[in-house]
Amino acid sequence: MSEKGDFINNLGKIYGIYTGGFATFVVLLAILEQMGVPNRIIGYLFVFLTIGVYAYIGIISRTAQLSEYYVAGRRVPALYNGMATGSDWMSAASFIGMAGSLYALGYDGLAFVLGWTGGYVLVAILLAPYLRKFGQYTVPDFLGARYGGNFPRLLGVVVLITASFVYVVAQIVGVGIIASRFLGISFEIAVFVGLAGILVCSMLGGMRAVTWTQVAQYIILIIAYLIPVVMLSAKVTGVPIPQIMYGQALEKIQVLEQQLGIAKGHATAFADARGNFSWNSAVNYFALIFCLMIGTASLPHILMRYFTTPSVRDARQSVAWSLFFIFLLYFTAPAYAAFAKLEVYQNVIGQSIATLPAWVQAWGQIGLVTIKDLNTDGILQLAEFSIHPDAIVLATPEIAGLPYVIAGLVAAGGLAAALSTADGLLLAIANALSHDVYFRMINQKADTKRRLVTARVLLIGVALIAAWVASTIGGNILFLVAWAFSIAAAGLFAPLVMGVWYKRTSNAGACAGMIVGFSVTMGYLIWTEFWGPGFASFWNGLLGDGSADIVKARGRDVARLWGINNISGGIFGVPLAFLVTYVVSQFTRQPSQAMQDFIDSIRVPRGSVKLADAHAKTD
Amino acid sequence: MKNAEITPEKAQAYWAKTSALMWTMLGIWFAFSFLVHVFAPSLNTIHVLGFPLGFYMAAQGSLIVFVVALFWFARKQNQIDEDFDVAEE
Repeated sequence: MSEKGDFINNLGKIYGIYTGGFATFVVLLAILEQMGVPNRIIGYLFVFLTIGVYAYIGIISRTAQLSEYYVAGRRVPALYNGMATGSDWMSAASFIGMAGSLYALGYDGLAFVLGWTGGYVLVAILLAPYLRKFGQYTVPDFLGARYGGNFPRLLGVVVLITASFVYVVAQIVGVGIIASRFLGISFEIAVFVGLAGILVCSMLGGMRAVTWTQVAQYIILIIAYLIPVVMLSAKVTGVPIPQIMYGQALEKIQVLEQQLGIAKGHATAFADARGNFSWNSAVNYFALIFCLMIGTASLPHILMRYFTTPSVRDARQSVAWSLFFIFLLYFTAPAYAAFAKLEVYQNVIGQSIATLPAWVQAWGQIGLVTIKDLNTDGILQLAEFSIHPDAIVLATPEIAGLPYVIAGLVAAGGLAAALSTADGLLLAIANALSHDVYFRMINQKADTKRRLVTARVLLIGVALIAAWVASTIGGNILFLVAWAFSIAAAGLFAPLVMGVWYKRTSNAGACAGMIVGFSVTMGYLIWTEFWGPGFASFWNGLLGDGSADIVKARGRDVARLWGINNISGGIFGVPLAFLVTYVVSQFTRQPSQAMQDFIDSIRVPRGSVKLADAHAKTD
Repeated sequence: MKNAEITPEKAQAYWAKTSALMWTMLGIWFAFSFLVHVFAPSLNTIHVLGFPLGFYMAAQGSLIVFVVALFWFARKQNQIDEDFDVAEE
């Protein structure tokens, strides 16, 4: 890898050989399985060989240079940065959980599909090219340079860590669940196996190592996601293109829903449980899309990926590639849900419990499928059957009658998705601490060696804390992940966008906007979640009865203002952040001429960046 | 100084073009993130290849529009950069 030019020029060949090697490996395991090698060994081989490959890439990508460590030397071609962003973005929840949510929620679940893709349009047109031109190391760097110093930088770091930390814990929980399921070890030990997998990819090479492992992880996760459902589609419809053929499944589902007496159909939009039009359902659908999209465009572990392209032009191209690679998985997820639902309605519900399909029995044994014969007639009714969301993707290989090796492949894919996202998030947090807090605020005179040592120590520290949280209270805080989007959106979107697009945005305006947006959103989330009844009576008293109500969620009484679920809390914080930033900017000191020159210089691709504060330079 | 070639007038005209493209894209984004889906209940009465159209737009249609629009945007913005001679060397 020392011959960087050669490496970059040969990326197609290198990753081509890698993909071929992986395919051979899967075929080899399939043959081993036929020869009678037990499933457990196959699970071990999948988990350890893929982690071994990531570790190898991580180790050969080690570096002693700051720009390699923080931004992969800014040499990552648009297409490969797109793949890396794809796996950076798609988490364990996208890979394993999303199809399950779509199965359970039907049309309403598509808010996630839309919300987690459309945000990239905002990234491309509003932020990525300008952040790339700005050309430093982190997102808080931009806030510091644009808004005059360490206070806005620190606010950026606080929002970044709040949004990213819970998110990284969730990824480690995901790694733990997958590893424990396929290795047969306890969850607590699996978490630390996962932690080793994460650290070995990122510690020595920083962004550079994470980039090239993420590309490798993308290839595995997309193959693992597509193969089972392609085969299932071929089995059910005769055509191996699930994304088109699940239309047929939807049609059959609709007929079966009428027979089974299900009022709210899979494809029915904006309906309550009885199938009637519901304003509240529509409002929450759009509010969620809004928060997920704005959140996507504000999450630092995504934005920092566009610091690594060779040029502004490549940054724009790279966002398009990112969305394309993400699209491949997201437009397939609804097909998983539809085929699984058809299988359940056709071959599970209404059948004799003694003769249910083998996959139902297998997943029933580990508790992901629950069957209770409530009326003891020996026939399975709809109300007697429940399936855990994770089981949809995991059970598809068995529904399709595929060998165990495909189940192992899915596990490897889920692991790749969780590890790659964890790497990106950890790096975002550790870099904010080592670059923005340590180097910028504490020790500006630190030399390269010291900065790299600090960066690595902090990386290990953050990883250990995250793993500790994951292994102690992990499972109980997974719902907090959905909050990350609203938090990042409310705290970061306004100052970033207005910093580029509205020259008059003043330092005080941006800081006030960040504080208000972040506190209002955090306040809404925490208050509604943990003190729901108090929230409801306070706001009903203030705004009149009926403005707030209570819903049962996660075993708590969770409050809502105007019917907005707290997952979409950003709907209050984001507009407020813009408003406060704008209004305060009108009454405070205009940005200096030097600052206006700086803004002009990042708006144009050509030429140097004219920093208003010469001290703000990175190297 | 390469930047010296870019006069304030030119920079302003360039930014006007760039902003216009941004607003166009923002319009497309808004239409396919929100507007189209407002009509989902009515679109769902139309079926194409088995897909209720409202469902299809949220599951695939809008996503395809986003991907195509982003590649189009990258090309268009490159063109603007070249027209104003402000692209990177």
